[in-house]
Amino acid sequence: MKILVLIGNVPDTTTKVKFNADRTAFDASGVQWIINPWDELALTRALELKEAYGAKVEKIVVANVGRSETEATLRKALAVGADEAIRIDADPLDAFFVATQLTAVAADYDLILAGIENADYNGTAVGGMLAELLDRKSVSAVSGIDLEDDLLKISREIDGGSQQLTMSLPLLAVVQKGIAKEPRIPAMRGIMMARKKPLNVIAAADAEALTAFDHFELPPAKAACKMVDEDQAASLIRILHEEAKVL
Amino acid sequence: MSVLVYIENWDGKLKKLSYELASYGAQLAEKLQMPVKAVSLGKVDEATLKTLGKYGITEVLSDTKETYNTLDNSAIAKALFAAAKKTAATIVVMANNNLGKAVSPRLAVKMKAGLVSAVQGLPISTEPFVVKKMVFTSKAFAQITIKSANRILTLAPNSFGLAEKNTDTTITAFDAGLSADDFATTVVSTNKVTGKVLLQDAEIVVSGGRGMKAADNWGQLEELAEILGAGTACSRPVSDEGWRPHNEHVGQTGKIIAPNLYFAFGISGAIQHLGGVSSSKVIVAVNKDPEAPIFEAADYGIVGDVFKVLPQFIEAVKELKA
Repeated sequence: MKILVLIGNVPDTTTKVKFNADRTAFDASGVQWIINPWDELALTRALELKEAYGAKVEKIVVANVGRSETEATLRKALAVGADEAIRIDADPLDAFFVATQLTAVAADYDLILAGIENADYNGTAVGGMLAELLDRKSVSAVSGIDLEDDLLKISREIDGGSQQLTMSLPLLAVVQKGIAKEPRIPAMRGIMMARKKPLNVIAAADAEALTAFDHFELPPAKAACKMVDEDQAASLIRILHEEAKVL
Repeated sequence: MSVLVYIENWDGKLKKLSYELASYGAQLAEKLQMPVKAVSLGKVDEATLKTLGKYGITEVLSDTKETYNTLDNSAIAKALFAAAKKTAATIVVMANNNLGKAVSPRLAVKMKAGLVSAVQGLPISTEPFVVKKMVFTSKAFAQITIKSANRILTLAPNSFGLAEKNTDTTITAFDAGLSADDFATTVVSTNKVTGKVLLQDAEIVVSGGRGMKAADNWGQLEELAEILGAGTACSRPVSDEGWRPHNEHVGQTGKIIAPNLYFAFGISGAIQHLGGVSSSKVIVAVNKDPEAPIFEAADYGIVGDVFKVLPQFIEAVKELKA
């Protein structure tokens, strides 16, 4: 079985968000880039499956649509254990554009894993769009995945509970929290080995974006917090009822 | 041309979210001077679907095939595509919940529609078609232009108010043309959360952080949630420690919620946590550290011991409800 993990390159989650002067683009100066946290969990689970089932998991490949600056993030994925990386050389304009680019490389993989959300623009669509473009089954909000013979045992969250499923391959799974516990931290040996692993750069195909960012806004400043004394806590409930009218 | 609203059901029932979507679809359609229709997949009785008329839906296409309850992503997308064709829909609206997030991208490819998830409010303009959404996990907002002729919008639960608009609703039997082969999701078991307010539906959320100190200390917090009819949530360290289940984690890598009222007990307010809750209308923070960043995001705060404050809150709420 070959696994492809889609990797988003996003600003570190503690980044103070800034935009350029006319607020049409994110200001990336001084930003630390990381593997999108959900994609990192997907990769972690892929590595766990390889460790648990040995040769059954033939290889794990990570893929990203981005310019050369995203290679550091792909190298990190290689350093924690992915076997190969693919970078499709294009600016990731929108989810439809990115999914269309990925069709060039994704069809060969039995299992494709994508994170449920991107920490930058909070899009949720690349995985599902890729599945549709490949005419492949998909499951979303996956919080557990395991192999059983030639089938996959999957836990997914539904609105109002959870379900256990069995699905056959090929499959695309959109994964969320719970799929793996802690992401891995690259060790020195992994970082050294990552330098020798293949990182293939592929030219972008012709594709269109269906949406475009017009401009960005920062949220308005929040009014100061109204403080209540600890021994007057009950009065706050009255304030919430009478003043804020939320109780 | 029309606006089509996908109304999902939970064991044949609708929720407040269903009527929020209907209200949104009706107002959007009015803005665009188009009719607004809905599609329902699965077994829902006519009287239930008729209630959508109160919020402006003129016609509901109803395909009552039972197998939709396996929530097979590609089957549902295929059925929605058939409904969009039948109603000549150029805009499809659905919930930004687990199912909506799963099927909207597949439908977007079929319709070649630009998709914006978790939109906030009605479009800012319709020519060009510009909508607003939160980005960078609530640290900013973006205005996004949808360039394609077809469009799909998903709407976060609890983000759009109900608007009554009494309309006569026709229920039309609909066959999306799916066969057994279209359903490839085998459900082995389903575990439904019962007797609890779901976090994503909750108008009030009571949340605990590391300051709650141990898994055993949640009793009072749960009691407060129960008498308020609130959902319960937690911060990341709490779910990582296993004090609470992962599905209660709100914040950057967990759930993003926007209730009317959010109580944060013993939560310091790391930037990742605030991203998941800062769209709440009112935030109340209780923390022993006066320097905790949660107080910068909160509307009301108490510097103090959560275990001294919780009983006072419980008593005061009981009095208020009495």
